[in-house]
Amino acid sequence: MYKLTIAEQTYTCQPDESVLDTLLRENVAISYACKKGTCHSCMVRSLDNPPPEAAQVGLKSTLKKHHHFLACLCHPEQDMVIKLPDSSEFYTEGTVVVNDMLNRNTLLLIIAFKDAFEFNAGQFVNLQRADGLTRSYSIANTPQENNTLEFHIRRLPSGKFSGWLHDDIKVGDTIAVSEPRGHCFYLPERREQGILLVGTGTGLAPLAGILTDALAHGHSGPIYLFHGSREVEDLYRIDEMRQLAQQHENFHYIPCISSNHVPDGFTHGRANDVALATLTDLKGWRVFLCGHPDMVNQAKRMTFLKGASSADIYADAFLVTPN
Amino acid sequence: MTDSKNEQALYDRIGGEAAVNVAVDIFYRKVLNDHRINRFFDNVDMEKQAAKQKAFLTMAFGGPHNYTGEDMRKGHAHLVKMGLDDSHFDAVVENLGATLEELNVPQELIAEVVTICETTRNDVLGR
Repeated sequence: MYKLTIAEQTYTCQPDESVLDTLLRENVAISYACKKGTCHSCMVRSLDNPPPEAAQVGLKSTLKKHHHFLACLCHPEQDMVIKLPDSSEFYTEGTVVVNDMLNRNTLLLIIAFKDAFEFNAGQFVNLQRADGLTRSYSIANTPQENNTLEFHIRRLPSGKFSGWLHDDIKVGDTIAVSEPRGHCFYLPERREQGILLVGTGTGLAPLAGILTDALAHGHSGPIYLFHGSREVEDLYRIDEMRQLAQQHENFHYIPCISSNHVPDGFTHGRANDVALATLTDLKGWRVFLCGHPDMVNQAKRMTFLKGASSADIYADAFLVTPN
Repeated sequence: MTDSKNEQALYDRIGGEAAVNVAVDIFYRKVLNDHRINRFFDNVDMEKQAAKQKAFLTMAFGGPHNYTGEDMRKGHAHLVKMGLDDSHFDAVVENLGATLEELNVPQELIAEVVTICETTRNDVLGR
């Protein structure tokens, strides 16, 4: 019999029980439905050791890497320390070291920490104001950069949180930052695989992190980045991306403008449409989609139909909290 | 999985979970490309849907599942309201058959899969 520890409570998993069976018997609040590994409702995370392989069947490789597993399929092979998805979050205080504008409505915010902050490029965190107001933002840098997190914050019309970051936050202020979340990130495997990155607006933030990470790991397959917005003034980091494309033969950068005023060097059309017109066969490709939920949902389906395997499609839809 | 009969269960003969994993993308791609039925999938989340398709294939291959007729009714009621009928049910079964042919599954096994699908027809169509 093995012990399961969740937030300082300990439960005993009987020999014939799955982790889910034990938690349900002990009346621990956990979501579940199919109890056979299909619905993924009961996905939890092991905080110490890798979970049994059989409990990770069918999960995306990025989830496996972070020791997520399905409680219903998990028959423990040792004592386990487990985190439920809704367990309360641990926040770390960080200090703002940079706040500059990237373009007319996007703020570059860099937050520094005393100790190393562990994450994968492309994940997101929750930022929290002193009054408890909380929003999710993608991390734009890679962990190699010493103890800082970089964010691209677009000012939303009457956005409470983005307005606060844009108008009130100064260098030297502190902000509470949650643990990193999300499974839209690069894993250094199958380096010859083609990678398609499609982002709208600040969808560039996670994609830039993923791109930097892939290049740093010597990814050898073709990498295409399609960054789109309505007007050219809402794109950013254009010169840096062009420079990267010159330095790396396998990296291609295609900035896309959906309105009719399209300067030289930019492609007319929505980023996802341009991407799908450029790359007609995505069989074997890895796909990352970040930004507007409509774009993300549509592109998920279209890249799948163009041949990308559903397990190779990673998406991060930026949901806006209604006021 | 073992069957109560001496004969090996369909799920094992067809290749079990590995077969489901190979078939699911091919099948779902066919369904989304099929103009007769793809409107029923317009507003679904692809990831959740892929998991559901896997559960469906597992069932259709005679594998372990815990769907009841009632689940089938509830799960498709909103589609029946949208006009889901026999022709759409046939189209899905046809896509499944084509998927299995593409994977070189023998005809007699495909016939068994179709038979299992047929047992759900009235529940799916809410009759």
